[in-house]
Amino acid sequence: MKDLVFVGAGGLLGTLCRYGMQQWIPVGPDGFPSAVLLINLSGCLFLGWFFTVTPGVWRIPPRLRLAIGTGFTGAFTTFSTFTVDAVRLWSEGQATVSLLYIASSLLGGLLMSLAGIRLGQYMASRSRGGAAV
Amino acid sequence: MIWLTGIGGIIGAVLRFGLGKAVSVRLGTAFPWGTWLINISGSLLLGILYKMFLQGTLSPALWGMLGVGFCGAYTTFSTFGYETLQLIDSGRGGRAALYVLSSVLLGIAGAALGMELASWLNH
Repeated sequence: MKDLVFVGAGGLLGTLCRYGMQQWIPVGPDGFPSAVLLINLSGCLFLGWFFTVTPGVWRIPPRLRLAIGTGFTGAFTTFSTFTVDAVRLWSEGQATVSLLYIASSLLGGLLMSLAGIRLGQYMASRSRGGAAV
Repeated sequence: MIWLTGIGGIIGAVLRFGLGKAVSVRLGTAFPWGTWLINISGSLLLGILYKMFLQGTLSPALWGMLGVGFCGAYTTFSTFGYETLQLIDSGRGGRAALYVLSSVLLGIAGAALGMELASWLNH
């Protein structure tokens, strides 16, 4: 039950941050959803790094990891807005923009996840070397 | 209105966490069934809500709460990316490719179906 409170608190902040970024970042040319792309790519980079350095480098309370990783980052990034925007662009006759959006989200998202995880692993290997564990 | 979006976000994140746990207990962790199911079902629901919002049958306040808040927080892109890389790093490249392709194709199909469904219901 206490877990749900932490996930919910993180989810609230993640949702509000996403909402705020969507208000501030202008829609790209041809209706390209640049705000959601930026949100999803940065979220992938952060989550890959965060889930690798905790507990790889830092031991934080499990519930804090749940609040920041599953709650905040999970709610900050979104899959349904990605798919609905892709369909919307396609139905508005912007098939090329839609395909470009799908490709950049997938390729970019997976590359960002990879970069985050590798950065975390690098930091973990350095901290292990330093502590001689 | 921003608070309605926030409340939707809390419910979406909590449901994602609960459902993800329940699904992994039943179906195991060899394939990320939880996120898979969540992202596809959330795409279908957001497709319906988005079309209803365009049609004016869903108020901006409810769109903020259910669409931006709930569906936005219920579905997730970062966990999807993280789980894919975990499959690749554990030598399950084929399963990772299947996860990405099926999530995207069924998610997009779900969103399109949801939009069609809302149009059909309105006529």
